[in-house]
Amino acid sequence: MIGPSKLAGRLIQIGAVVAALAIWYLATRHQVTKSLFFPPLAQVWQELVRLAQAPDSYSAIQVTLLTIAKAYGIAVLLGIFTAYLVTRSRWATQVFEPLLSNMFAVPLTLFLPVFILFFGIGANSKVAYGAAYGFFPVALSTIAGFSAVDSHYIKAARSMGANGWEMFRHVLLPAAMPIVFSGLRVALVICFTSVLGGETISSIAGVGRKIALSAELLETARMYAWILFVVVLMASMNGLLSRLEAHRQEAAR
Amino acid sequence: MSLMTGSATLAWTDRAGRLATSAAFARLVLLAAFLLFWEFGAAWWGDRAMVRPLSEVVQALFNRVLSDPKILAAIRVTFLELSLAYGLAILVGLGIGLTIGMSRWAEAGAFPLVVMLYGVPQVVLLPLFILVFGLGPASKIAFGFSHGVFPIIFNVVAGMRNVNQLYLRSARSMGATPLEIFRHVTFPHMVPSFFAGLRLAMTMTLLGILLAELYVSSAGIGYYTQVFSETFNPAPLFALIAVLAGMAILLNELVRIAERRFTRWKD
Repeated sequence: MIGPSKLAGRLIQIGAVVAALAIWYLATRHQVTKSLFFPPLAQVWQELVRLAQAPDSYSAIQVTLLTIAKAYGIAVLLGIFTAYLVTRSRWATQVFEPLLSNMFAVPLTLFLPVFILFFGIGANSKVAYGAAYGFFPVALSTIAGFSAVDSHYIKAARSMGANGWEMFRHVLLPAAMPIVFSGLRVALVICFTSVLGGETISSIAGVGRKIALSAELLETARMYAWILFVVVLMASMNGLLSRLEAHRQEAAR
Repeated sequence: MSLMTGSATLAWTDRAGRLATSAAFARLVLLAAFLLFWEFGAAWWGDRAMVRPLSEVVQALFNRVLSDPKILAAIRVTFLELSLAYGLAILVGLGIGLTIGMSRWAEAGAFPLVVMLYGVPQVVLLPLFILVFGLGPASKIAFGFSHGVFPIIFNVVAGMRNVNQLYLRSARSMGATPLEIFRHVTFPHMVPSFFAGLRLAMTMTLLGILLAELYVSSAGIGYYTQVFSETFNPAPLFALIAVLAGMAILLNELVRIAERRFTRWKD
C-alpha cells in the first residue's frame, strides 16, 4: 500500500480552500444564497480595506490584545506559582491535583455572568474570565511536569546546597519544561478564545464586540471581515508557537 | 476481653488516623472550610449586591429557581438542546471519524481540513450562527454541535490509528473481511479513545450551548442569568449556576460509567 505524501495532504488542503472560495463566489454571483448571510466576496474585501483605514478598528484590536495579554500573564504566573506550592509535598499534590482537574471539568463559562457582576462590563471582567480559564491548564500541566522531574536531580541539587529559588529556576523548571510548555500553549489558545467570547457575549469594546455589533446591524460583510482578521491572527499565533516549540527542542538537543 | 477491645480500639484509631491523613478527607475538609467561609465571610464582609451567604443561595434555589415554572421550563429547554446537539455530534463525528480512519487517502485528504476548521476560534462565529439559525433553540443546537463534533472525530481517528498493525495483518492473513476486521479488531481497540472523546465532547457541547444561551436568549437559561446579574440579585444567580454545574457533573459521570462498562474487556 502506497501512503499519500505530506505534499498531497497540503495540496488537498489548498484545493479545498480554493474550492470553498470559488463556490462562495459563484453562489453569491448567481444569487443562489441569501446575500444577507453570505455577502459577495468582493464586498467582504472592501470592508476589510475600509476597516484597515479606520483608526477605530485599531483601538478595538488594541483593547483585545491588551486584555488577552493581561489574562494570559495572570494565568501563567498564578498557575506556575500554585503548581510550585502544591508540588512541594507529595501529600499536597494528592490533595490538590484531583481538586483542580475536577474544577477544570466544570465549564467556567457558567460563571461569566458572575465575572460581569463582580468586575463590570468592561475589559476587567474579560481579564478575570480569561485568567481563570487559562489558570487551570497551566497549573495542571506544571504540576504534572514538576512531579515527573527525576528525583535524582532534586537530591543532587539539594546536596549541592541549592536554595528554593535556585531549585525552581535551574532544576524544576528546565526539567519540566516540555510538559509545562504544552500547558502554556493550551492556555494561550484558551485565553484567546475566552477573551474574544466574553467580548462577543457582553462587552463595550474590543474585536468580539465589533463582530457582535456588525451582526446586530446586519452588516454581514463587515462581520466576515472581522472574523477573517481573527482567524488570521489565531493562525499566526499558532504558527509562532509551533516555531517557538521547535526552536526550544532544537536548543535542548 | 479487655485485650480484645484494646486491640479493636487500636485498629480503629489506626484506621481513623489513616482516614484523617488521606487525600480525600483533606479535600472534604477544604470543601467544608470553603462553604463555611462563604456562609460567614459573605455575611460579614461581602457586598450584598455581589455575594450572598450560602444559606440564602440555598433558599433561593428552592424558593426562586426550582419553584418558578418558567425557569424550570428554561432548564428543560437547555437540557433538550444539549441532548440533541450531543446526539448529532456523536453520529456525525463517528461517521466522519470512521470514514477518515478507514483509508489512508481519506486521512491525508480530509483530516487536515478538519484540523484547519478546528483552528478557527468558534466563539467569533456565534453571531453568524444566530443570524443563520435564528434566536431559538436551533442556533444553540447548531453551535453546541459544532463544538462537540471535533473531539469525537479526533479521538475516533486517533483510536483507529493506534491499533497494532500486527493484529490487523494477522486478521487479514486469517481471511477476515474488512467488516469483520472492523467489528472484532479495530472497534474494540478504538473504544477507550472513543470514550475519552465522548467525555470531552460532552464538556464542549455544553460549553457551546451555554455560550449561545448567554449571547442571546429570550426564554432560556441565558435570559435568566442576565436578568439576575443585571438586577444585582446574586442569590438566585448562584442557585441557577449551581443547577447547571450539577447538570454538567451528572452528565460527565454518566459518560464515565458508560466508559467503564465498555472498557471492561481490557482488564
